[in-house]
Amino acid sequence: MTPAIEIDAVSVTLGDTAVLDSVSTTIDEGRLVGLVGPNGAGKTTLLRVINGVLDPDQGSVRVTGQDVSALDSRATSQLVATVPQSTASTFEFPVRRIVEMGRTPHIGRFGTRTSADRDAVDEAMDRAAVSHLADRPVTEVSGGERQRVFLARALAQETPILLLDEPTSDLDVNHQVRTLDLVTDLVDEGRTVVAAIHDLDLAARYCDELRLLHDGRIRAAGTPESVLTAATLEAAFGARATVTTHPVTGAASVTAFADDAPESTTATVHVVGGGGAATPHLHRLDAAGVECSVGVVSTDDADAETARAIGADLVTVPPFAPVDDEARATVSERIRRADAVVVADVTVAPGNCPTLDAVLGADTPLVVVDGRPVDARNVAGSRGRRLVSRLRARGIVVDDDADAVVAAVRRAIDTPPIHDRSPYSP
Amino acid sequence: MRTSVRTGAWVGGLLGALVAVTLASATIGPVEIGARSVAEIALAAALGGTATAPESHRTIIMSIRLPRIALGAVVGFALASAGTVMQGFFRNPMADPSIVGISAGAATGAVAAIVAPVAVPVALPVAAFVGALVAAFGVYALASEGGRTPVQTLLLAGIAVQTFLGAAVSFMLVSAGRDLREAIYWLMGHLHHSTWTEATVAAAVVLPGFLGLLAYARDLNVLLLGEEDAHSLGIEVERTKRLLLTVSSLLTAAAVAVAGVIGFVGLVVPHVMRLLVGPDHRILLPTSALAGAAFLVATDTVARAGAAELPVGIVTAAVGAPFFLYLLRKREVHAP
Repeated sequence: MTPAIEIDAVSVTLGDTAVLDSVSTTIDEGRLVGLVGPNGAGKTTLLRVINGVLDPDQGSVRVTGQDVSALDSRATSQLVATVPQSTASTFEFPVRRIVEMGRTPHIGRFGTRTSADRDAVDEAMDRAAVSHLADRPVTEVSGGERQRVFLARALAQETPILLLDEPTSDLDVNHQVRTLDLVTDLVDEGRTVVAAIHDLDLAARYCDELRLLHDGRIRAAGTPESVLTAATLEAAFGARATVTTHPVTGAASVTAFADDAPESTTATVHVVGGGGAATPHLHRLDAAGVECSVGVVSTDDADAETARAIGADLVTVPPFAPVDDEARATVSERIRRADAVVVADVTVAPGNCPTLDAVLGADTPLVVVDGRPVDARNVAGSRGRRLVSRLRARGIVVDDDADAVVAAVRRAIDTPPIHDRSPYSP
Repeated sequence: MRTSVRTGAWVGGLLGALVAVTLASATIGPVEIGARSVAEIALAAALGGTATAPESHRTIIMSIRLPRIALGAVVGFALASAGTVMQGFFRNPMADPSIVGISAGAATGAVAAIVAPVAVPVALPVAAFVGALVAAFGVYALASEGGRTPVQTLLLAGIAVQTFLGAAVSFMLVSAGRDLREAIYWLMGHLHHSTWTEATVAAAVVLPGFLGLLAYARDLNVLLLGEEDAHSLGIEVERTKRLLLTVSSLLTAAAVAVAGVIGFVGLVVPHVMRLLVGPDHRILLPTSALAGAAFLVATDTVARAGAAELPVGIVTAAVGAPFFLYLLRKREVHAP
């Protein structure tokens, strides 16, 4: 593949800060490459070096084989178009006029617009879905619409390389996906796109490759799966994170948490799951440094997979098999040994009633996740209803939210059961 | 296409307005001369025929009123187009042609020439012109660092230099003695004793400069989006800024050299025209220039219509400032 952008040992110092520190990377033609990294990592600066706005203090940038510092801005602007991050605008140009400005590199000082220019503008507005805004002043459209107006301007520029600085930051979910689908189409047509994206899930889902920047250096480069690992993310963002596979898109999915691991990570929590109800809580507990055990679940349950992924202790029975005496004894022992038990928003069925009995039979502090209404998740009749109400009466009841669960677990561990504190209790 | 049609319509209309204001202004004065006679005299002079009007009327129109009107039109044209460019260039609604120290420099040069013990012919406009350009380039040099001239630094340097030169002018005025009245009159802005020569010389600077600015109207539009955006759209930002600043300084210097410091034309007229035609400089620049010309001719007519002639700068400020405040209160004036 031909390299579209070659960055060779580029350093940029602004004031006393080295914003880019000897950065080298090559971006091949026809690829969508995401720049990820924490705020201030140098993503925007790297884009400004590529489009020639900023001359690097050291090193060189070549775009389609030509040294950017040797090109005048008109020549550069015929190769590289940029969608800026901040598109605030205080003057009332109609949207169409803004998009027409994308033709500036193609029109001479005394030239007039040709039909080719008009076609390019029409097509760009159509693709960015802003045609209906053509005559509206750009000051009166929403932030998300304005971002697409500036995307249309960059499309009208008809360059082989497109730079996007946080192209989705002002967009709602629907437009984020539509914008990135459009960008993917552009890449399929052979354009090269470099996008600074702060949303790691979107970056993983859409980008062919990622470059992880941190402190002005590229810390990881390659496919999203190879760049987005718990280790690289913790080093760059200073946050604990878990990386899983998104169930629908199949792309890497990142869940980051503030680095709030308790000082002692000796706490163990037993989680009663099933049907995937415990998965978010398991990730969150694992990220908080809690040792987990899970059960009883069937061997092919989604929660069992999660437990294996985070290395949790697992009590299973074969699919569709009832909880036998051996499994019940094992899970009772886990529950007794644990510092706390979490009952996830599971469906209460005859199959897991023995597990819930075991929970009630132990003194371990209890956290009960209150998700769906009881009747919506109880298929065990009056026995199930009774079990749920007894669990709720004994434990701390929290919403189905991983952060709330972790907080409740902390409270449960810090507050010993009432009969432990009372001298008059048996 | 649509832009050029709109521009044509506006320019045609404003040219008509300028002709009407010119004719009306030429009829006003101590000697009453009707609009018909004025048109006849002017056409005869232009086409080489003979007018039926009396000789004295011909002299009044051709040697006194029309040169003054022509000079007013050229000065208003220059100040309004320079003001339009400065507001766009600085992306600041309070920018006017004097923002980079041009007026203060011209005032320093002019007052120095007035209070100088030796009177030299044409020294005053030359000193004002040179003073204006020296001040503008001084400000530019002070604000530049490493080949870049940040707009904010340029504004602040302009304010500092204006203040300093203001002190110099005040000092000269304090020690001016007999020349004080003439100096103050010059500082207030005036168009009296205008000659065809002054109008022609000023026009010879202003018109080519204006055409130069017009050629950069599209670049000026793109610069409104911010310098980084402009660069990524292929504008050589620093070179364009330098060129725009130089040409609009030349225009302002030429106007100030012949007419003194006339305030508010360069500030108010571009704002009003931006409200009417929008921010696109391809139409804003020519319409502002023509509106500035008509506005200054009209206000100068008011200035000289009374029993005692007033410096026109007083009238433009007295009319312009309240109008500007009205627009401001109605929230019609924003940053360009």
